[in-house]
Formats: sequence, C-alpha cells, structure tokens
Amino acid sequence: MPNSMIRIERLTKRYGPTEALRSLSFEVPRGQVIGFLGPNGAGKSTTMKILAGYLQPTSGKALVGDVDVAAEPVRARKLIGYLPENNPLYEEMMVVDFLRFIAEVRQVEKSVRAARIRNAVERCGLGGVIGKDISQLSKGYRQRVGLAQAILHEPDLLILDEPTSGLDPNQIVEIRALIKDLGKEKTVILSTHVLSEVQSTCSRVLIINDGQLVADDSPEQLTSAGEGALLVVLASRSGAPLELNHLHSVLSAVPGVTAVEPAEGEGHGTAGFRLRFGVEDPRRALFEAVVKHDLLLLEVRRTQASLEDTFRKLTAGEVRKAA
Amino acid sequence: MESTFAIARREFRTFFGSPIAYIVLGGFLLLAGWLYFSTLFLAGQASLRGFFAAVPVLFVVLVPAITMRALAEERKSGTLELLLTLPMEDWQIVAGKFLAALGMVAAGLVWTFPYALTVAALTGPGTAFDWGPVLAGYLGLLLLAASFIGLGLWGSALSRNQIVGFIVGLVLCFAFAFVDAFAALLPESLGQVLQYLSVNYHFDNIARGVLDTRDLLFYVSLTAVGLLLTTKTLSSARQ
Repeated sequence: MPNSMIRIERLTKRYGPTEALRSLSFEVPRGQVIGFLGPNGAGKSTTMKILAGYLQPTSGKALVGDVDVAAEPVRARKLIGYLPENNPLYEEMMVVDFLRFIAEVRQVEKSVRAARIRNAVERCGLGGVIGKDISQLSKGYRQRVGLAQAILHEPDLLILDEPTSGLDPNQIVEIRALIKDLGKEKTVILSTHVLSEVQSTCSRVLIINDGQLVADDSPEQLTSAGEGALLVVLASRSGAPLELNHLHSVLSAVPGVTAVEPAEGEGHGTAGFRLRFGVEDPRRALFEAVVKHDLLLLEVRRTQASLEDTFRKLTAGEVRKAA
Repeated sequence: MESTFAIARREFRTFFGSPIAYIVLGGFLLLAGWLYFSTLFLAGQASLRGFFAAVPVLFVVLVPAITMRALAEERKSGTLELLLTLPMEDWQIVAGKFLAALGMVAAGLVWTFPYALTVAALTGPGTAFDWGPVLAGYLGLLLLAASFIGLGLWGSALSRNQIVGFIVGLVLCFAFAFVDAFAALLPESLGQVLQYLSVNYHFDNIARGVLDTRDLLFYVSLTAVGLLLTTKTLSSARQ
C-alpha cells in the first residue's frame, strides 16, 4: 500500500486562455485531514474536480493511492467519495432511493448494501428523513445526504468542496463534528474560506493562490509564523496627561522590543501599543520600565497572528489584482 | 453493466414520476388511436397499415420529447458532476439513458397492442390473420425508435436547456424521416442515397414483413452514431 493518499505533480489546468492551475504540486499522506484554502478563483475547486475524476487536467498528474486519475479514471473514482460544491442531488428522489441508486451504481455488493446504507444514514443522522423527497429537505439535511452519498462505499479518500457553505451556525457545528469524526479513519481534503473551520478540523493547511501553492503547514505553525506581539495598555499613575511620543520612546527602549506601533487604548487617559519582539521575551523588562517611569500597566496581552492575517498576507496579490 | 441498469432504472422511474410522461405518452396514444380507428371505421378496413404508416411520424415528435431532459437536466441541475465522478465509463451513462428511453417508448407501444388484437378478431372467418407483418412492424418501430433516441440524446447532451434539446432532436429525427421526400425529383443515383438514409424507407421494408440485414444494419449504425456523438459530447464536459 503506497504511503501517500494524494499525489499532485505539476498539475496545470487551462480553461481557454485562463490558467486555473499552474504547475501545482503537493502530497498528502494517508490519514490526514487537509484544509484547502484560497480566495475565490484560486483553483481549489478545479484541483478537487480533477482529483475526483470530473475534469481532465491540461498537463501534470494526479494520483489517488497509486492510481493515476486520468489514466484509470474508473479505478481511481472507486477509492474516492466526493461532495461537489453546491452539492447537486436528484431533487425528486427520496433520500433512501437516492442512496440505493448510488450504492447500485457504485456496485456495492448486494449482501452488504443494506448495511452500508444503514450505516451511512446513521452516521449522517438521516434516520428521520429517509422517506422524504430530497427537495423537501433543509440545507443542513441536504448536506448530510451529500456526505452520506460520499461515504456509502467506504472510500479511502473523501473530497469535500466547501462542505459547510450556506449552512447556519448550528448546522456548521454539526457538519464539522461529522467531518472530524470521519477524519479519524479516512483521508479527508476539504476546501473552505472559513478559516476557523480549518483550525478546528484540519491537521494541515494548504493555501493556494492564483493556481499555485503558497503555504503548506499545520494551522498552529501558520498562526505563529506571523511572530508574536504584546498588546499593552498604559495609564498614568499620577493622573498627569500621557505624552505619546514619550511613551513611544520609553517602550522602544525596553530590551527585546523590536518595534512599537500605536494600538487602541481603553478611552480617556490611557494609551495602547503593540510591541513586536524577537527571540527575547520583553515582559520582565517592560514591567520594570513601567514602574520606573511612574506608569500604570492596565493590560498586557500576548497576541498571535491569526490564520486570517497569514491568509491575507499570502494571498494579497490576488486582492490587489482584483481591485 | 450493473451501473448502466441502475442509471436506466432511475431514469425510467423519474420519467413515470413526472406528469410529462403521461402528457407525452397520452398524446401519442390519442393520436395513434385516432389514426387507427379512422382507418377502421371510416375506411372500413380491418388493417394496421394506417397505424404503422402513422407511428413513425408521431415518433418524430414523441422520441425527442422523451429524451429532451435526459442529459440537459443533469447539466442544468449540476448532477452531471455527480454522475461523471461515479466509477463508470461515460458510455455506460449514455447506455443507461438509452435503455431507459427505449423502455419508455416500449411502455407507450404496449398500449397499442389491443389494436392488433382487434384487427385479428375482425379478420373474416376462414382466413387466418397473419401475425408476421404485425410483429415485424413492432420490431421495426422499436428499431426506428432506437435510432431516434440516439439522435434525441445527442440533442439533449448539447445544451443545458431541455427545449433546445427537444428542438435539435426534432430537427434531426425529422430530417432522417423525410430525407427521401423529394427523392423522386432528383437524379436516380442521388435519390437512392437519400432513400437509403431515410428511416421510413427501411421501416417500410421491415413492416412488409421482410427482415433484411441491410435494414437492420442501417438502424444499428444510425443508433450507434447517435450514441457515440452523445458520449463524445458528454465527455467534452470534462474539458
């Protein structure tokens, strides 16, 4: 059994003159839950569509397990469960009929078919609606039907294209929990623009922009890569007005601090600053400096760059181009 | 094969779950019945000749009406993506759609069988009713329908709009039905080519009770061409 579940090698996809993917390469080992991030039009869906065996790549290779998706499409598709963007379903069918249809087309063996359908229905919490027409279901339930359809044949790889888009907060929490649960035994690749989703469900993040990979790391690494900062709020002890320039020079002089930026204070008589620092932790020196200059420290907070910051930094080019 | 049958079954059920099925097949049966009874009562002939002459013309409208949604609807609702990522070849999808449509036509034709039984019952005593041409006629109708379904499916594959699918199918079926209409006015060699291309010409041969491989081959080829074009068009959605 090959170690990597997905291998994308210099994948390029052109739609007419536009290049959706430019020589994209990455690899995903078995068992990981991957978050696939990028602004709209970055090539997330295109990559997933190629991987799922829907689109033909212009050049390059996409392998699932050791099967080339373009060369042996049918064999590759057997290994995959796919939830397309917008989750297209046969509206006029009953949930159970739809799942039975998928099981038949996927040639799930007759002897286990009923059990597999029951299992998918149970895991996706569809028990109460199996006799309903899909057109009558709420968006959350439709999404569950889409997921049930994708896991019915117990695939090794799940490809989920924006599985939580358009759901309400409760539904999002439920679907996320379900994905997390599925991620325990399967390799999952999911795309989203909701960054907190990645933080809560994924062990690794791929950010693509303009058809190219711009980041590939764990969510923790990506958030700490934006280096730490201290948010401080100061007040004068004596009640004398604060002089910002003075405070700025005092803080800049604290050993370890590399940069001082103004930040929001807490209203009248207070001043806020963001202190950037390098390797050395400046907190101890900060306290001493504050006492020495007869100031009051109202707040010290360590902030981390959020995934949003990292994401915006890495994909800023796209925004500029669009503007 | 199982996947193809699953597609066909779903298609067939969906068709009969929608009112279109009853309108289309009802309209067909009404017209076919009217044509049959008008020969029976007005002309006073207990014969199926009028019926067999009329049905191919009705098929020009009926078959595209049956096939128009087959692929256009998948494209429009996005389910084509679902279908094209299931583990089967594109031609298996087309084959499933084809079988379903043929089943729908057959389901309509079954209701015209009583006409044949009436004619058989009305045949004068002493003369045996000849079932040969009747059975051959029905076989011919199915072959003709098959070739029209190929054309109709291609029409449906071309657009996400059912109406466009219907019109393209209608025009193609019409062309193959009436391509020899003016054959008599043309030079003989050209006339013969046009005649060979006409589905009606081959149907008339079969309906006379003469099963010639040339006629069978014609229908099989035309059906195959239609289905191949459909598969090609369907696959081009992957580009």
